[in-house]
Amino acid sequence: MKPQDTLHFSYQALRAYPGRTALILLAMCIGVAAIILLTSLGEGARLYVIGQFQGLGSNLLIVLPGRSETTGGAPPLIGTTPRDLTLDDALALQRSPAIKEVAPIILGAAPVAYESREREVTIMGSTPSLLSARQLELASGQSLPDSNPRVATAVCLLGETVWKELFANRNALGEWVRIGGSRFRVIGVLAGKGQSLGSDMSDMVVIPVASARNLFNAPSLFRIIVTAESQGQLAQATQDIERITRQRHDGENDITIIAQDSLIGTFDNILSALTWALGGIAAISLLVAGILIMNVMLVAVSQRKAEIGLLKALGAPTAQVLRLFLTEATLLASAGGAIGLLLGLGGVLLLNQAVPDFSAQPPLWALIAAVVITFLTGLLFGSIPARQAARLDPVAALSGR
Amino acid sequence: MTDPFITLRDICRHFQVGDETVHALDHVSLDIHAGDYISVMGPSGSGKSTLLNALGLLDQTNAGSYRLEGRELTTLPEEQRAQVRREKIGFIFQSFHLIPRLSAADNVALPLVLTGMPAAVRKTKVQQALAGLGLQDRADHRPAQLSGGQQQRVAIARATIMQAPLLLADEPTGNLDSHSSAEVIRILEALNAQGITLIVVTHDTDIGKRARRQVRMVDGKVVADEH
Repeated sequence: MKPQDTLHFSYQALRAYPGRTALILLAMCIGVAAIILLTSLGEGARLYVIGQFQGLGSNLLIVLPGRSETTGGAPPLIGTTPRDLTLDDALALQRSPAIKEVAPIILGAAPVAYESREREVTIMGSTPSLLSARQLELASGQSLPDSNPRVATAVCLLGETVWKELFANRNALGEWVRIGGSRFRVIGVLAGKGQSLGSDMSDMVVIPVASARNLFNAPSLFRIIVTAESQGQLAQATQDIERITRQRHDGENDITIIAQDSLIGTFDNILSALTWALGGIAAISLLVAGILIMNVMLVAVSQRKAEIGLLKALGAPTAQVLRLFLTEATLLASAGGAIGLLLGLGGVLLLNQAVPDFSAQPPLWALIAAVVITFLTGLLFGSIPARQAARLDPVAALSGR
Repeated sequence: MTDPFITLRDICRHFQVGDETVHALDHVSLDIHAGDYISVMGPSGSGKSTLLNALGLLDQTNAGSYRLEGRELTTLPEEQRAQVRREKIGFIFQSFHLIPRLSAADNVALPLVLTGMPAAVRKTKVQQALAGLGLQDRADHRPAQLSGGQQQRVAIARATIMQAPLLLADEPTGNLDSHSSAEVIRILEALNAQGITLIVVTHDTDIGKRARRQVRMVDGKVVADEH
């Protein structure tokens, strides 16, 4: 029997039982669509988080006070330490030739008021280096003064949202706002950058680090952002930071340095595992579909005993009967898989249109796996009924026994 | 005298039914010559259908020898038995056994499909076979759209499309009215006249008596063999 004849015969058999065929197709296509949708969500989450980190800039090191002694797992974002990082610690880092910029950061929240409007806003105290290190751009005005960072000046940069809310799109440059108890002059407005590492950079006011120290009455830094001269000098910069800080901290190594790479790597691992787990859950639905195929094919074999007996009487070898029923199961699985593939991809497309910020996309391995698994499901779960059909005794089969 | 087309020697077939062993075929020996027209008659359970199934290689035998064209068949593996069925034997059943979802033409073509014949060659052969039985305008009909007589004629076309030398008919008129029965018998006898060896199992003595050779079976034994 020629392969195309086998295919045609199986196709006609499937057409003859539309209800049964539709049922299996549905089960199969739900399974495949679930794999594609769920892995797309996982992959989308992974790309989203990595995109967030990459928004930080590439030669970045983050210095946190406190030392995490544990290894493995995600690095702590907030450490605990007996010894604080100070502004002087940060300025000392500039001695290293591997380090390009140092941006000390003091973080706090304070009400910001202009005329009758007032808002509680995150206040970031830093130096002009912050803007280049975090790749922030000014929409208008100028950056923080590049003078001695120990001197407090009463100037500030407004995030885009803050500017819009307080000034209602009017010019803010040169105006005075009140932050906490002090007055600050607006010298620049940041261009909208959107989300970066979960903090909304546009809903923020940036003031000189010394001013923040006065405002919050806190001498210690929240963290220091350091950029290396180049990606190749990240290791050197890390060493230098440790060495300089240890000298200043009585020989104790009590800081944690996080390289952006390692952060990305950690999150990448976590979220990849999540994607695999989602794919695995979806694969269970394919397994269920496979068992359904097996059941329905078993019923088909017992319903079509007379046909199988006839095929044998006409001289169809055992292997041919086996092939016919296997082809039927594989055809079902593949067609269901193909429909599921389209359905899943369509769902991803819809999802991406509904949530533009989040770009879900099916990972290639999931697409390949979905196709391979459907095919194997057909073969595997079709083989038991097919073997049963092939083993039927022709005399008994012809009489419907 | 030439070698017989079929030689059966001491063929036995028994089934276990509960504690009892039923001898469906009890040392059956027959010589059948090419072009013979044989009817097999007997009461229910006499083993006549079992004999036909054994001749058609549908059923295994427990003992004895079955030679077809001088070739011993009882020891063949299933794969080669299938090939013999395909090439040497045509079957006609009481209930026609047409595949309901296939058209008359596709049903007739099935044996050719199994041999891997190309579709184009198949088509002309099937058309000729259907035309020969007056079914040319029924080629695209499903079995359910055909009368019993027409269905049996489609089945005859299917059984003869491979030009097998042996035609086995198990109660071919059992489900037909007298008019269709007469027509089916006429066709089978015409095929026999062209040289095909025809063996008909039947209850109907009128049909059985038409055969040139009449075999009577009782309890798995041949009790009469009239030439």
